[in-house]
Amino acid sequence: MNPLPLDLQLLNACASLLLLLSFSMLAQRRVVNLVNLLALQGALLCFATVLVALRTGQAHLYLSAALTLALKVIGLPLLLHRLIRRLGVYWDAEPVINPSGTMLIGLLIVVFSFGLAQPLAALASTATRSTLGIAIAVILLAFLAMITRRKAMSQVVAFLSMENGLFFGAMSATYGMPMVVELGVALDVLVAMLVLGVFFFQIREQFDSLDLHHLESLKEVE
Amino acid sequence: MELLLLLGTPVLGALVLWAFGAHRRAAELNVLFSATTFAAACALTVQVIARGPVLVLHEQFLIDAFNVFLVTLTAFVGLTTALFSRPYMRIEAEHGRVGAPRLRLYHSMYQLFTATMLVALTTNNLGLLWVAMEAATLSTVLLVTLYRTPASLEAGWKYFILCGVGIAQALFGTMLIYFAAERVLGAAGVTALLWTHLNAVKGQLEPAVLSLAFVFLLVGYGTKVGLAPLHNWLPDAHAEGPTPISAVLSGLLLNVAIYAVVRCKILVEGSLRSALPSQMMMGFGLVSVVLASLFLWRQRDIKRLFAYSSIEHMGIITFAFGMGGPVANFAALLHMTVHSLTKSAIFFAVGHAAQKAGTQLIDNIRGLLTLSPTVGWGLMLGSLAILGLPPFGVFASEFLILTTAMKQQPWATPVLLLALAIAFAAIFGKVQPMVFGDTEARRLPHPPALLPVFAHLAIVLLLGLYVPPYLAGWYRDAARLIGGP
Amino acid sequence: MTPLDITTQLLQVLCALALAPAFLGWVNQCRAWLQNRAAPSVLQPYRGLRKLLIKESVLAENASSLFRFAPYIVFGTMVAAAAIIPSMGTGLPMSLAADGIALVGLLATARVFLSLAAMDVGTAFGTLGARREMMVGFLAEPALLMTLFVAAMISHTTSLPLIAAELTNRAPALYPSLAFTAVAFTMVLLAENARIPVDNPATHLELTMIHEAMLLEYSGRHLALMEWAAALKLFNYACIGFALFLPWGTSREAWGPAGLALAAPLLLLKLALAGGALALIETVSAKLRVFRAPEFLATAFLLAVLGLLVHLLLGD
Repeated sequence: MNPLPLDLQLLNACASLLLLLSFSMLAQRRVVNLVNLLALQGALLCFATVLVALRTGQAHLYLSAALTLALKVIGLPLLLHRLIRRLGVYWDAEPVINPSGTMLIGLLIVVFSFGLAQPLAALASTATRSTLGIAIAVILLAFLAMITRRKAMSQVVAFLSMENGLFFGAMSATYGMPMVVELGVALDVLVAMLVLGVFFFQIREQFDSLDLHHLESLKEVE
Repeated sequence: MELLLLLGTPVLGALVLWAFGAHRRAAELNVLFSATTFAAACALTVQVIARGPVLVLHEQFLIDAFNVFLVTLTAFVGLTTALFSRPYMRIEAEHGRVGAPRLRLYHSMYQLFTATMLVALTTNNLGLLWVAMEAATLSTVLLVTLYRTPASLEAGWKYFILCGVGIAQALFGTMLIYFAAERVLGAAGVTALLWTHLNAVKGQLEPAVLSLAFVFLLVGYGTKVGLAPLHNWLPDAHAEGPTPISAVLSGLLLNVAIYAVVRCKILVEGSLRSALPSQMMMGFGLVSVVLASLFLWRQRDIKRLFAYSSIEHMGIITFAFGMGGPVANFAALLHMTVHSLTKSAIFFAVGHAAQKAGTQLIDNIRGLLTLSPTVGWGLMLGSLAILGLPPFGVFASEFLILTTAMKQQPWATPVLLLALAIAFAAIFGKVQPMVFGDTEARRLPHPPALLPVFAHLAIVLLLGLYVPPYLAGWYRDAARLIGGP
Repeated sequence: MTPLDITTQLLQVLCALALAPAFLGWVNQCRAWLQNRAAPSVLQPYRGLRKLLIKESVLAENASSLFRFAPYIVFGTMVAAAAIIPSMGTGLPMSLAADGIALVGLLATARVFLSLAAMDVGTAFGTLGARREMMVGFLAEPALLMTLFVAAMISHTTSLPLIAAELTNRAPALYPSLAFTAVAFTMVLLAENARIPVDNPATHLELTMIHEAMLLEYSGRHLALMEWAAALKLFNYACIGFALFLPWGTSREAWGPAGLALAAPLLLLKLALAGGALALIETVSAKLRVFRAPEFLATAFLLAVLGLLVHLLLGD
């Protein structure tokens, strides 16, 4: 059996590490570390994009990688760190489900997404198609993290991690989306973060805390 | 040209109002920009009627029979809401609920929101559609939290997170469509997300991928439509934001989200040649109708009450589009129009009523008729219209939908009828004492300006009695475009 | 079964018996260096064993025969395990009798007897240690099995020597799945051999100890056997790790005696490195509370399963 070419091996390693990072984010309770993990995830995504760009020679992927680097590795983590310092949120509260339970659900999610990706990957013509399952898993794990977290900041980190997963998925299935769309998505993410920054200060001003417990008074029926 | 004017005006408006939003005349400027947008929309409509579908700017923008009337509707309701918000926000400012910086934010974001909705409606690029939908959420989040009360912050947070998650699902769905299209349209990547190109080759797209894509798209955009069980954000956002925003959220944003779903449905149905998208839409629609009508009973806040009514009507529209076919599509399009007009009219009236009473609680608002006959009648007539009483337009569209359902999906008819009856009893029972009840409060010296309310209701009444032939032709073209099983 | 195979087999078992205490001594020495303490000699465990063997062994009054036989059984299973792990060569006649899964069973047998013996006398500490040991084992075994499965799926066999041989034959490549399981395996190794962060081999603090609690009633030659068995266990685990993740340099049947001569120094080198790494991990990590140990092992299990899933997905 011939081993894969080196760049694909590296890409697979990247994908596996992304998956591992998703699990670490699921388990991590220090918000500062969570942001660092997010930055690391962004860096891996950037590296993977460069690998694919080198392989396929598509210029827009370099741009996409640069965008990822600027936004997700440097920009947003810095912004989030600053917010954390200014708002003084360092720890997340106990998660809604206990960690082992979360991990177990996480494993089931991985199995599910790998199953989901199988028929899709069979249709794809890209050399990177085998990592599609990991991309879906990253998306769904981020989703799980959003559900189980209580602090607004952790939810936001999970949300961004979901965005990372989406980008990785786009890359494994189709070598990325058209440039217009990627730029638009990046712009939206940036604006979302700015809106959030404003929002956090409003929440903090009102409640003196970023715990989402305070945001549970509106009920479906009164 | 008209398109540039249409999209450029609100963007320019957002910039100008960001600079001068706190100015004394900012509200008038807001109206002016909205009026220009409406004029551009009318010009565009005339052009489309005269020359058929327009495809401009490297095929990135498409105006056809389906979206042109939505563009006009959006611009129109945008204009009337701007008219309504001028006195409304002034009174809010007098009451000290919003300061100058927040008014600036409000006006600027109002224009930006209009712009994002118009982009979402006119774009031919599914990716751009997504971007615009997300931008529409973002521009309204800070509007929902305008009052900075704990409840409004909670509503804003829910809105942001739920719609953010939903819209991420939609992005994945869009990605899957691109993935399927790339295999057919080639790896050039430029055309593979353009709706017109996709529509041309929809028969060749991989059905397995598209059905998965549709699940994600329906869940994603469905969250924005407010389909149950993804509707949690909707009542909160409507109840806690300023009333003009509730009006545009209910009247316009939900329409745009449905538009996105239907555009995707056309593609998926063409590829699948199966009833899966129809069934999913009918299922989500029915669940929304039933759940919303049940929740209507338990509401104590007048704006939440009508927010749930919006969920109910979105359910009806989704169900109708799900059934498909020329008649059901026609009825759904008509229903989109009349619901949008009626619901924004109701929110205008409710806004005034709540402002006068100083509360949004139904129990504390009584005797509107004595307090101010125009508000009272506006609310009463609006409620009767939205409940589907003849001769209003909502009756016509609901009647059409029900008769079609009886023919095509007989099992669903009793469910729909029952839900409508429950909703009728709930809303009527709550609105009636508000309007006719006794009150000790004195009659207000000045009747509020309710021109937009009665203008909207007049149009709805007109549509109930007589649909002008060119409008009917329009709907018919759009209905044919949407197709169905 | 060639004479060379038999030589390899014999040499390997003898090697394990002889080197195991030295390996333990080496880890302790490294740890002392890293912690800026005066380091004990590498030979310290031998001296301990000799002292214990000379001493008279004392039995509790109510000790049953199980208590007396257990050290021999535990020691015996560890020697048997050493015989089927390809530490020096892959041509092992004994390995035909047992594959990787049987090896896990063998290790479990040792654990069962150790725990039974600990409970036999009926002291509180013994029972406490036995219960904690069973908890750790219950969680560590699935992770260990998962690790073996991944290696087995890559090389399409469950026999350890064949896995080692197959992995050496492969062209060098990145195996994300093996990397995951290597981390999982290291965690299992730490837990199973009573190392920090799960247990601390150097203290006798009743609140935290697991392994030492079970040996409290033993003395003399029984204790010597138990400690020797513990050293063998660590040595065995290290060798399983080498076979799965660092198989290069293990002698093949085809290489003849020269291969064996080459394998011995390589094994020493690997052991030296592994011991250093182990000491480093122990130095930088803090002891977990006993009730956090399940989380630690659950993580190991998670990693191993992830490795398996990644292998299935990426098919490397």
